[in-house]
Amino acid sequence: MSTPTSIPEERLLPAAGGSDPRPLAAPTTSVNPIQRDHATTIFEKGAPGRRSFVAPDSGVPEVALDEILPAKLRRATPARLPEVTESELVRHYVRLSRRNFDLDTGFYPLGSCTMKHNPRLHERVTALPGHARLHPLQSPERSQGALALMHGLERQLAEVSGLPHVCLQPSAGSHGELAGVLLARAYHEARGETRTKVLTPDTAHGTNPATVTMAGLEVVKVATNPDGGVDLDDLRAKADDQVALIMLTNPNTLGIFDPNIEEIASIVHGVGGVLYYDGANLNAIMGITRPGDMGFDIVHFNLHKSFTQPHGGGGPGSGPIAVSDRISPYLPLPVIRREPLASANGNAPATEGFEGFRYSLVEHADAVPEGAPGSKSIGKLRGFQGNYGCFVRSYTYITSLGAEGLRDASEIAVLNANYLLAKLQELGVREHLPLAFGTRCMHEFVLSGGPMKRELGVKTLDLAKRLLDHGFHPPTVYFPLLVDEALLVEPVETEAKETLDAFAEAIAEILREAVEDPTIAQNAPYSTPVRRLDEAKAAKQPVIRQPLG
Amino acid sequence: MADASYPEDLKYHPEHDWARVDGDTAVFGITWYAQDALGEVVFFDPPEVGATVTKDESYAEIESVKAVSDVVAPLSGEIIEVNGVLEDGPEAINEDPYDGGWLVKVRLTDTSEVEALLDRDAYVATLS
Repeated sequence: MSTPTSIPEERLLPAAGGSDPRPLAAPTTSVNPIQRDHATTIFEKGAPGRRSFVAPDSGVPEVALDEILPAKLRRATPARLPEVTESELVRHYVRLSRRNFDLDTGFYPLGSCTMKHNPRLHERVTALPGHARLHPLQSPERSQGALALMHGLERQLAEVSGLPHVCLQPSAGSHGELAGVLLARAYHEARGETRTKVLTPDTAHGTNPATVTMAGLEVVKVATNPDGGVDLDDLRAKADDQVALIMLTNPNTLGIFDPNIEEIASIVHGVGGVLYYDGANLNAIMGITRPGDMGFDIVHFNLHKSFTQPHGGGGPGSGPIAVSDRISPYLPLPVIRREPLASANGNAPATEGFEGFRYSLVEHADAVPEGAPGSKSIGKLRGFQGNYGCFVRSYTYITSLGAEGLRDASEIAVLNANYLLAKLQELGVREHLPLAFGTRCMHEFVLSGGPMKRELGVKTLDLAKRLLDHGFHPPTVYFPLLVDEALLVEPVETEAKETLDAFAEAIAEILREAVEDPTIAQNAPYSTPVRRLDEAKAAKQPVIRQPLG
Repeated sequence: MADASYPEDLKYHPEHDWARVDGDTAVFGITWYAQDALGEVVFFDPPEVGATVTKDESYAEIESVKAVSDVVAPLSGEIIEVNGVLEDGPEAINEDPYDGGWLVKVRLTDTSEVEALLDRDAYVATLS
């Protein structure tokens, strides 16, 4: 099939609320700076000798290079660094950023990723010099405020999860998962048991099977019942004394809360297994119910999802874990210890400390009382204490919203998802894009593009690409795997009704258009800096080095 | 990509695999439906020649632009050949799932297992 390079007039997108056609591709006589800036790297810009700065006199006597660095240790030719002016440098990266679709530009309903607004207050707090300039090697005595904030965040997360012990170290959700699975393994090994199986429902978060494999354990899939929850008969059949843990996401990646969670907990605990809660979908239940109360032993949080961080570019993220008493001895070190100031060093009240308490980092298991958190630690998960900037933003978020505010956030997230779902049904998309399971949802829902593909020849991927032309980031596609041509939509609580309406209208419009002419969606997008990418070629022949020529 | 088809001379497994049985050997592959659901295949991770495969269990992986999926063995036996074409040209699985896109050749350990597989019409009925 050929790819059109220009769009016939009848395929133009009507402007919102009017009948004037608006071209999806700008006429070639009108070129904006971003279009003019063809895909060049910073290395292809500039000219030899061009600089962004003039180095001032150093003010110290010059020393011949040979005296401090022998020639044999120096490179023979200068490194080929970009030679550009500051304005070229700024324009290059600003233009690149404008080619990106980001949350600050538009609606980003990427399912299970919780792309909620990042309040600017958080950036102000994080930029305070005491946070921004804190060095990771600063001594605990001189970092009392930071340790107090981390300890406070631990207590907040313990309250949200209903589990008493928290470790902030993991750098991402997947890292938190790995920590959780290693903790469960350590728990069983300390009891002299070698359990290898990890029950993983096919509605679990997509990273779970990879985590299990990385932790050296074996994935055992559990089927889904017709309501979208765990198939209890299948679970009973697979739950035996070889099961180390079950990894569950609740609500799951179908956006459905499993009402049988207590029965699931009872089955898994009954065979001596541990319950692990993947926090990917915590945004649906904050302040309403708690994983600890459902019977979970280990939870990981995605601070960058539920508790706001700019995310989606590969980091930094943060994936703290919370655990029950029986798992806590295995927690990673160091743990943060808090003591009242008067008893901190025996006699004179210490002058350091923060608001009446002295905070310290306990680095070694033998400094921890038997049975206390970290006393049989699995070790350290990363350098230093974690991604501190994420802690500051999440602490600010939780503190400024409070318990009621967090509950409001979750309730509105669920309301928005159900509103969008109802709006789509009202617009008649059900014929081609039915809801995969059930009739309602929690904070996200999964539509199946199966009928659309069979009847219109338009795949979910085509719909997603065409949404870009309407100014929306597409939802998650082709996940969860158990839904044919899945479209996983998570609208989050910070979106206005008008945005949800416009998104629903765009999907309805794309379907109407596809009934008339499926090739429009099949060849989309038309308005983006690059057109349809060859994903198969990118996977088979990735070009990951750019010769500097 | 080829149009939907399900040849009469093959035996089918409900997990969308086919077997072309010839005496005590068989060639395995995935059906048109399976390759269509996977989307463009970018990598086939075959078993080693000499490896044992068990009916209803995974023996290889296929990676597409959407996901990495297990391939289930329709019959039990020992791998005697793998389709080397797929190493550099895994797209043959999409383009020609029943001939050029075959996956492995197997010496069967129990030819009576064939009786449990579906014929064309029974398999096609599972797709609707």
